[in-house]
Amino acid sequence: MGYNEPSLPMIRTRVLSPQSVDQIRAAMARYPESRSALLPALHVAQRQVGYLSVEAMEDVAEVTGLPLNEVASVASFYTMFSLRPVGRHVVRLCTNISCLLCGSDEVLAHLRRRLGVGPGETTPDGAFTLRVEECLAACDRAPAMLVNEELHGRLTTQAVDTVLDRARGDGQAVGD
Amino acid sequence: MSEKLLTRYIHEPAQVNLQTFVLRGGYQGARRALCDLTPDQVIAEVDQSGLRGKGGAGFPAGFKWKAVPRDAPVKYVVVNADESEPGTFKDRLLLEHDPHQLIEGILIAAYAIGAHKAFVYTRGEFFRAREVLMRAMDEAAAYGYLGRHILGTDFDLEIVVHAGAGAYIAGEESGLLESLEGKRAMPRLRPPYPAQKGLYGQPTLLNNVETLCHVGHILRLGADGYKAHGMPALFSVSGHVARPGVYELPLGTPLREMIFEHAGGMHPARRFKACFPGGSSSAILVEEHLDTPMDYDSLRKAGSMLGSAAVIVMDDTTCMVKVIARAVEFYRDESCGKCTPCREGTVWMSQVLERVLHGHGRTEDLDLMAGIAKGMTGTCLCPLGESVPPSLGNSLRYFREEYEAHIRTGRCNVAVPA
Ligand SMILES: Cc1cc2nc3c(=O)[nH]c(=O)nc-3n(C[C@H](O)[C@H](O)[C@H](O)COP(=O)(O)O)c2cc1C
Ligand code: SF4
Ligand code: FES
Repeated sequence: MGYNEPSLPMIRTRVLSPQSVDQIRAAMARYPESRSALLPALHVAQRQVGYLSVEAMEDVAEVTGLPLNEVASVASFYTMFSLRPVGRHVVRLCTNISCLLCGSDEVLAHLRRRLGVGPGETTPDGAFTLRVEECLAACDRAPAMLVNEELHGRLTTQAVDTVLDRARGDGQAVGD
Repeated sequence: MSEKLLTRYIHEPAQVNLQTFVLRGGYQGARRALCDLTPDQVIAEVDQSGLRGKGGAGFPAGFKWKAVPRDAPVKYVVVNADESEPGTFKDRLLLEHDPHQLIEGILIAAYAIGAHKAFVYTRGEFFRAREVLMRAMDEAAAYGYLGRHILGTDFDLEIVVHAGAGAYIAGEESGLLESLEGKRAMPRLRPPYPAQKGLYGQPTLLNNVETLCHVGHILRLGADGYKAHGMPALFSVSGHVARPGVYELPLGTPLREMIFEHAGGMHPARRFKACFPGGSSSAILVEEHLDTPMDYDSLRKAGSMLGSAAVIVMDDTTCMVKVIARAVEFYRDESCGKCTPCREGTVWMSQVLERVLHGHGRTEDLDLMAGIAKGMTGTCLCPLGESVPPSLGNSLRYFREEYEAHIRTGRCNVAVPA
């Protein structure tokens, strides 16, 4: 029989930065039961990596002490978490009733034309991911959309152009 | 009309600063509660005020506060700042423009039930609201309104701001608690109610943002002084009105006055067609209901509900089939999938509505939808699944010919008036 090399423990480097790990540990300390920090931890990971890659979720699992399948199951339940890569800017257009009544259809058509992609897709240059959203609690400013963390309301096609041009220009990454 | 309580300073940017808030009477209610009253006296005051929950169910606040066991060693206050009922935007306004009003309410609630830790569950998309609230909390802590020995008493309180991540069902109280515990936001079987067994299995007082914002005023003015303001409530008015916005008006204000006086009425040359009076989960109402007083009982008698007091107004250019199809699509996508009638019913109904909307419907489809709606009524674990049938039913009752026209001609017959 041949000689088998003793199996070494798997060593992998974390994708999460020490700062992200610190933020997750700080979140765990805020709750009576550290499991409550899972959503905050996933936010931290997504903010750093851009989306929840398997490696990012493995790191979250390791730091929080939860099984990976639990982490993945929770992550997949919530619409703000993306398990696939997204563009540098995420555009979330509300198409719920008040926005629909105030013309979100036209805004969506304009976004499709301008970006050349449909809901759920990312532009080839990786700049924008387009999403349709449920009510953003901004119905007084319908139609409304979130671009990354910023809310924009009373959208017209010109207003959308201004927002997109500014986002493209400042090169800011998602969640920065 | 009496002075506004909750939104009086909402458009003045300095209101987010603690000193301005205090100069305008802020934290007086908390001071009275913590320094002059026993927890039971505070609960009695809230009870006598007649305050009812503003999150959607309208449960009497005093009842809920009394239901938390006195002797439990560990208790929590949880604030529902998930605000995701379509059409509702009052809580975001309160959080972004008057955060100390909420902190004061949390402080009073925590003192009343004997909790030393509170959690504010904000919906994930509320980036700005969280920023404003956390800054206000830092200021409150620096001035002795949070932390240890609050206002010189031996009462301690810590507040944690939590971010959700996009799930309508996380606004349902038991789904919210699951989510706050780091799980999928699947509703729990009740009883036990959160007051007995809530967060981490401990007694938990769970209230909506607006509900708690009333509490500081109740303690400052006394229950009677508060009631003299005519049971104020915040109404979110949106859709086809000239002036969409949050309106603080007494409960019982007629729907017509709300839409036509306060919100500025319809756009020029448009006519009122229908509205959701309490968010997209409330059954739509039509012209004949315009004189309904906007309160819990009157709206129930009219076959709808006050819900989150979110009035979504539709004028005569609105295709009802399209609106109902969009509403059902929302419930389909947000169903947590735990019970079959909700999970499957919303999918089937959505399929039927899509085909009617796009001109491939059949005459039998109308009865089929009514049948699906019936199958969902009374068979779901939480109210999400029950949200669909009432509006569908009313749209079939009042706008049946629109559905029929879609089926017959393959297109929408709602002529856009010139
Ligand atoms: C599907 C569903 C979604 C809900 N969403 C919210 C919400 O976003 N915000 C809220 O305050 N209450 C919401 N509620 C109501 C809560 O379950 C709960 O009744 C409320 O937060 C209790 O607070 P209150 O008594 O102060 O109203 C929702 C209920 C259901 C069934
Ligand atoms: S009614 Fe719908 S949302 Fe509520 S528990 Fe059942 S499946 Fe989940
Ligand atoms: S419906 Fe679009 S923000 Fe409420």
